[in-house]
Amino acid sequence: MDRSNRHALLDPLIDNNPITLQILGLCSALAVTTTLATALTMSLALTTVLTFSSGIISALRRHIPRSVRLIVQITVISSLVVMVDEILQAYAVEMSKRLSVFVSLIVTNCIVLGRTEGFAMQHDVKRSMLDGLGNGLGYSLVLILVGIVRELLGSGTLLGVSVFPLAADGGWFQPLALMLMPPSAFLLIGLLIWALRTWKRAQIEPSELPESALVLSETEAVGDGLARSVR
Amino acid sequence: MHEMGPFSGDGERSSLARALGMAFAVALVGGSLVSVTAVLLEPRQEANRLAERRAVIDAIVSQLPGVERLLDPESGDRIETRLVDLATGRYVSDATDPAAYDALEAAQDSESRVEIPPALDVARIGARAPFATVHLVRRGRSVELVILPVFGSGYVSTLRGFLALEGDMNTITALAFYAHGETPGLGARLQDPAWLAKWRGKRLRDEEGRYRLAVTRGAADAAAAHAVDGISGATRTSQGVSRLLEYWLGDHGFGPFLQRLREERGR
Repeated sequence: MDRSNRHALLDPLIDNNPITLQILGLCSALAVTTTLATALTMSLALTTVLTFSSGIISALRRHIPRSVRLIVQITVISSLVVMVDEILQAYAVEMSKRLSVFVSLIVTNCIVLGRTEGFAMQHDVKRSMLDGLGNGLGYSLVLILVGIVRELLGSGTLLGVSVFPLAADGGWFQPLALMLMPPSAFLLIGLLIWALRTWKRAQIEPSELPESALVLSETEAVGDGLARSVR
Repeated sequence: MHEMGPFSGDGERSSLARALGMAFAVALVGGSLVSVTAVLLEPRQEANRLAERRAVIDAIVSQLPGVERLLDPESGDRIETRLVDLATGRYVSDATDPAAYDALEAAQDSESRVEIPPALDVARIGARAPFATVHLVRRGRSVELVILPVFGSGYVSTLRGFLALEGDMNTITALAFYAHGETPGLGARLQDPAWLAKWRGKRLRDEEGRYRLAVTRGAADAAAAHAVDGISGATRTSQGVSRLLEYWLGDHGFGPFLQRLREERGR
C-alpha cells in the first residue's frame, strides 16, 4: 500500500476523525451508544454504506453531471442504506428494532455525503474506498469507546454480560442512570475531544468555528427529535 | 492530484438530457437493487414477524392468573385458534386453517375485502378482511380469555397488536403491540410495558352497556374504570390506540362475536 493510500485509510482514525475533529455524525453517536452491541451494529452498518458508496460514486465520477451530482450521490447512498436495513430486518430483527430509525438515518449522516462529495468525486476507486473505510472506522472507534463506557457505567454489563454485579442483585455496583440518557454521550464525546486535543495540539481549532462546519452539523439534526430535545 | 471529470465545467456536453439520463439510470439501478433485496429477504422477514406475533400472544396468555394449569407446557395446545366471520360473529368452519389465514392480504384483495363506511372508520384503515383469527383459552367449557388482533392508524404508521379480554368480554387482560413505526422515544412508547400495564383491568362498557373506554389527556385517575392516561408527548398515537380499539370493539369489528360469547356465557 503506497503512502497516500495508507494516509486515506489511517488519517481519519485519530488525526482527522469525523466525530472528534469534524464534529459530524453526532446524532447517531448519541442515540445508539447506550449499549456496546448497538454501537457495534451501527458502526458496521455505517462503515459498509460509506465504503461502498464511496467506491460506487468514485467509479461513476466521470459520468456524473455536476448539476445533479448531489442527487445521484444521495440516490446511491439511500439504495445502500435500504439494503442494509432490509438485511438487518431479516437476519438481526432484535437489533434492527433497537436501532429503529437510526439505520435509515444514515442517509442523512453528514459523514457519508461529506466523503462522497468531498473525496470520492475527485479520487480513484481504490483510494476512495480506503477513505470511506477509514472514516467508517474512525466513526466506529468513537462509537465503540462511548458504547463501552455507557454500557459499563449505565448497566454494569458489556455486550449484555455482567461485569460489575449490580447492587439490586446483591452486588456492589450502583448503575449511573445518566449514562443511559443521550446527554451522557455529549459529555463523553466532549471529554474525548478534550483528551485528544491535549494529546494532539494540532487539532485545536482557531477561536471561531468556520461557518461551513456549523451548517453541516446543523443539517444532521433535521428530522431527529432526539437531537432537538437534547439541545 | 485532483482529477476533474469532463462535466465539471459548464461545457455543452453537460446538457439537461445528460443530467436527466444519468439521474434516471442511477435511480433505476438503485431502485432495482433495493427491490430485489426486499423480495429476496421477504420470506425471512415474514418468518420473523410471525415469530414475534406468536411471542406477543404467549406473553399475553402467560399473564392470565392460573394459566399454567390450563396450558399443557408440552404442546401449548389449550390455546384454541379459530377463524371468526366478523359480520355474523360466528366461527368459520370450512377447511381454512385459522392460523394460516392472512388477514392482511384479505384486506387488500379487492375480491374479499370489506370496505368500512367512512362514518364508522374511526381507526382510519379503509377496509378490513371479512374474517379474523382469534385465540381462545378455555377453562372447562367456558371461555376464560379471548385474544383479538387489532390494528389502526397511529400518528405516522399503522399500529398492530392484540387485545386480550377476560371471560366477561368486558374487562381487559392485556394490550400489546408488535408492529408500528411511531417516533422513537415518543409514540414508540406504546410498547412500553409500564404504559401497557395501565390497560389491565379497564372495562369497555359501563353498567348500561355503553362503550366508555377512552384514552384521556392528562393524568387519568388510576382507579377510573374506563379511562387510560395517554402517552405524554404522543397525543396522536394515544388517540390512535383509543380509536382502533373503538373500531374493533364496535359493531363493525368484533362486536357481534363478543356479543355471541357473552350470551353463551349467560346461558
